[in-house]
Amino acid sequence: MNELLWTYVGWPLLKILVILLALVLLAAYLSWFERKLLAYMQIRLGPNRVGPKGWLQPIADALKLFVKEDLTPGFAEKFVFLLGPVLIIVPALVVFSVIPFGPSPHLFITDVNIGVLFILAVSSIGVYGIILGGWASNNKFSLMGGLRSAAQMISYEVPMGFSVVTVLILAKSLSLVRIVEAQKQAGLWFVFPGFVAFLVYFICGVAETNRNPFDLPEAESELVAGYHTEYSGMKFAFYFLAEYANMVVVSSLATVMFFGGWLRPFPNVSALAFLDVIPPLVWFLLKVAFFLFLYIWFRGTFPRYRFDQLMGIGWKVLLPVSLVNLLVVAYFVSLPGGQV
Amino acid sequence: MDFLVAHFSQAVFLFLAFFSLGGAVGVVVLRQPVHAALSLLASFLGVAGLFVLARGEFLAAVQVLVYAGGVMVLFLFVIMFVNVRAVGKEAQYLRPLVPLAVVGGLLFSALALTAMWALGRRPPADAFPLVSVAGQEVGNTEAVGWILYREYLLPFEVVSVLLLVAMVGAIVLGRKPKEMEKA
Amino acid sequence: MNAQVSVLLPELLLAGMGIFILLVGVLGRGSQRLAFFLANFGVLASMVAVVGVGERGTETFFAGMLQLDRFALFFRLLFLASALLVVWLSRPFLQRAQQTAWEYYALILFATLGMCFLASGVHLAGLYVSLELMALSSYILAGYFRGEVKSHEAATKYFVLGALSSGILIYGLSLMYGATGSLSLAEVSQKLAAGPRSVAATAGMFLLLAGMLFKVAAVPFHVWTPDVYEGAPTPMTAFFSVGPKAAAFAMLVRVLWVGLAPAAADWRLLVSWVAAATMVWGNVAALTQDNVKRMLAYSSIAHAGYTLLGVLAGGPLGTQSVLFYMLVYAVTNLGAFGLVVLLAAKEYAGEKVADFRGLAHRQPVAAFAMLLFLLSLGGIPPTAGFMGKLYLFAAAVHAGYAWLAVVGVIMSAVSLYYYFRIVKEMYLASAGEGEGVAVLSEAWGVRALVVCALATLLFGVYPTSALAFLAPAAKIVPW
Repeated sequence: MNELLWTYVGWPLLKILVILLALVLLAAYLSWFERKLLAYMQIRLGPNRVGPKGWLQPIADALKLFVKEDLTPGFAEKFVFLLGPVLIIVPALVVFSVIPFGPSPHLFITDVNIGVLFILAVSSIGVYGIILGGWASNNKFSLMGGLRSAAQMISYEVPMGFSVVTVLILAKSLSLVRIVEAQKQAGLWFVFPGFVAFLVYFICGVAETNRNPFDLPEAESELVAGYHTEYSGMKFAFYFLAEYANMVVVSSLATVMFFGGWLRPFPNVSALAFLDVIPPLVWFLLKVAFFLFLYIWFRGTFPRYRFDQLMGIGWKVLLPVSLVNLLVVAYFVSLPGGQV
Repeated sequence: MDFLVAHFSQAVFLFLAFFSLGGAVGVVVLRQPVHAALSLLASFLGVAGLFVLARGEFLAAVQVLVYAGGVMVLFLFVIMFVNVRAVGKEAQYLRPLVPLAVVGGLLFSALALTAMWALGRRPPADAFPLVSVAGQEVGNTEAVGWILYREYLLPFEVVSVLLLVAMVGAIVLGRKPKEMEKA
Repeated sequence: MNAQVSVLLPELLLAGMGIFILLVGVLGRGSQRLAFFLANFGVLASMVAVVGVGERGTETFFAGMLQLDRFALFFRLLFLASALLVVWLSRPFLQRAQQTAWEYYALILFATLGMCFLASGVHLAGLYVSLELMALSSYILAGYFRGEVKSHEAATKYFVLGALSSGILIYGLSLMYGATGSLSLAEVSQKLAAGPRSVAATAGMFLLLAGMLFKVAAVPFHVWTPDVYEGAPTPMTAFFSVGPKAAAFAMLVRVLWVGLAPAAADWRLLVSWVAAATMVWGNVAALTQDNVKRMLAYSSIAHAGYTLLGVLAGGPLGTQSVLFYMLVYAVTNLGAFGLVVLLAAKEYAGEKVADFRGLAHRQPVAAFAMLLFLLSLGGIPPTAGFMGKLYLFAAAVHAGYAWLAVVGVIMSAVSLYYYFRIVKEMYLASAGEGEGVAVLSEAWGVRALVVCALATLLFGVYPTSALAFLAPAAKIVPW
């Protein structure tokens, strides 16, 4: 009995705890990394007062948010205002339960056979946090931000779904672990047969997380701070944390689906076997870090789109491209010997 | 403890059933449209949970993805866009609702009678048709795909035309009249 | 599977042409004439393909979804022919209203596609989605003229009540599935015949029946009909009163006599009362209508009542009479509505009985055609309507429903009152009481009317060949 309890309750709980803690720290330090990197790109110094080279800045920020007074605007819909941050943080954290950080059974919490769908489904709930938060604030800027975000996320979910389907056709499974294993079997990261799908996926991923250049829901020059204008203290921290957690999710999924997850480059080429000295977990984290760097790089580089341009890109460019790409990939896979 | 383990799925079922039914009742009872929409969301999520319990994990994910993540967001979008506020507490007249109540009562009694009939029935031999293909146990995704693209191929294709019609209809009814386009 | 795809050729042609018309419309090239031509071509090609594919007996296709027997052949030809005539009638109407035609014609093709699958479907899942395809296209077509408030009203009422009826239908369908474990009509029938019927099967059966009676507009499920028929664009009203109604009857006959035949004793009781109520209420309510479209709407309710007699009677005779009546009713009603389309109406949906005043003096040919259609609707020889009703009532008497046949005859007599109001206005109105409006002679509209008038006469004088063609179609059902 005790052993059962340990396998089914204790051990998973421990793993969940570790991942959650790591994630919160990661998000905090991601913001520090972002500020430093942007500062470097703009020839500034960035945070450098708290701790050596500003190392403790995220901790200080977190403490500040933690002890701040928890304000609820007088005109807000109290219940929904409270529900917003909950609905955005829970899905953002739950999806980490199926992301495989490495091959051994200890490096992911669980492997469900509908992994990719699970992630898409759960993260689609996150939009409620934004749209409800915007509405409940009873503030026109918040409402506009929330509505924009709802339209944007729904629009970009469609091409994103199609690009994911491309990977599913190649891997013949929805399970994230099996997708990585399929890439090992094929000896090829799926980014090579599915390069177009990867591009579409990542563009949509940036839009789904409301990041530059698609950060219209919180475009500060027009909407103050968008949907979270009225949020402060811990509630704001939840929105903040969720945004960074979602960035990590999108990066992790890109890694798993297109860049071989924990595999080294060209996993079947024995000439590159010396790369195996780097453990799988580190490979995975390196790739994720690369995508996170891309996110910040985008922010430092691209100007923001106009809203109609954003919708135009989603429906008139990405959707047809992903559809055609899906057809082409499906055709090649269906050819005799076309199995990747 | 052992009792809990043995009856775990029943407990989960009761919780989820309560959740989805409560959500459905909330849709009718709540006066604030946004609250009603949230209640419907809760109901959808409860149904998704029930799907998981019946080993229909693919259906559950699609339920959440399509209804909770897509349809309901658009509902909310419309509610917020046209700024529907709570229905006031003015006097309501019940008499016009009598025919509706009769129809609703009839439909409900059909359901209740069926439920009573189902209670007295032995469970079917093939308890989990959602996960078997040609006698072999597979995932729910494979089982759904197998049935959808073999037995139900024709309705599937008809539905695709149906969705095209729905899309065309939305555009036809929603586009600006000609004169306005020119202006 | 590839051999099976070939039998889908007619439907593939319809769907393909619908999509092609949409595409051409989106690209913005080509005139409205091109749209008209393409729609014609699609329907005609599909008709040729239907004949080419022909009958395949009791063999089923696509895992028991379709059965291409004589019944399916007849109904598909009927739907395609009425779609063709409606396309012809629509041309002058669209020209006058200056509406774009691309989506309009495409939606007609898609609705016809749904009806074709309804005619050949023998599986409840397939039947349901086909019904929805037909219905959804119809809702949009009802609201196609967005500048008109009445068109909006028609579309909204049609959509809301149609969605309700679909909900009831699928509720019944799910109960039926739960009770019998299958949605294939043949298997449902076997299960029902095998043992005592469960509560779920009974409830499912009646809900299914209610949903289908909604679609054929039988009392008390008829409330949507007058408003929808009045508000929809007139060619569409003609279409709704013929195509979707006949398609719903095709489904009704198949489901009742193939799927639910073992329970016939129970549903016959209900259907007989519904048929009586429909005949009485449809005719009585039509008496007071001044708007011609509304009057014809109630008349179409009444005709659904007559047709239910044939459904009720069942057997080769009853089924044959239903099919024949659908044919007769289609040509007659399309003709009557066609004349309303060509009426030079001043405002949308404002066709009054008084608009026909003195038509016989000004345009005797048009007046004579209208007379012919009205006689046929009233069931007076030598028109087709008489033969159709004769067979329906004969089948009813034969099956032991003499009292319903009596009700039908009495109500036919009542119906003459309101049909003859129009005749009186056309022929007997004295000059000086003000003039009605003219009937426009627009080429394609006139062609459609000529076809309808000739068919009305032909089937009235010489019904034998049509009946001979329909006799094997009535044998779809394993009696």
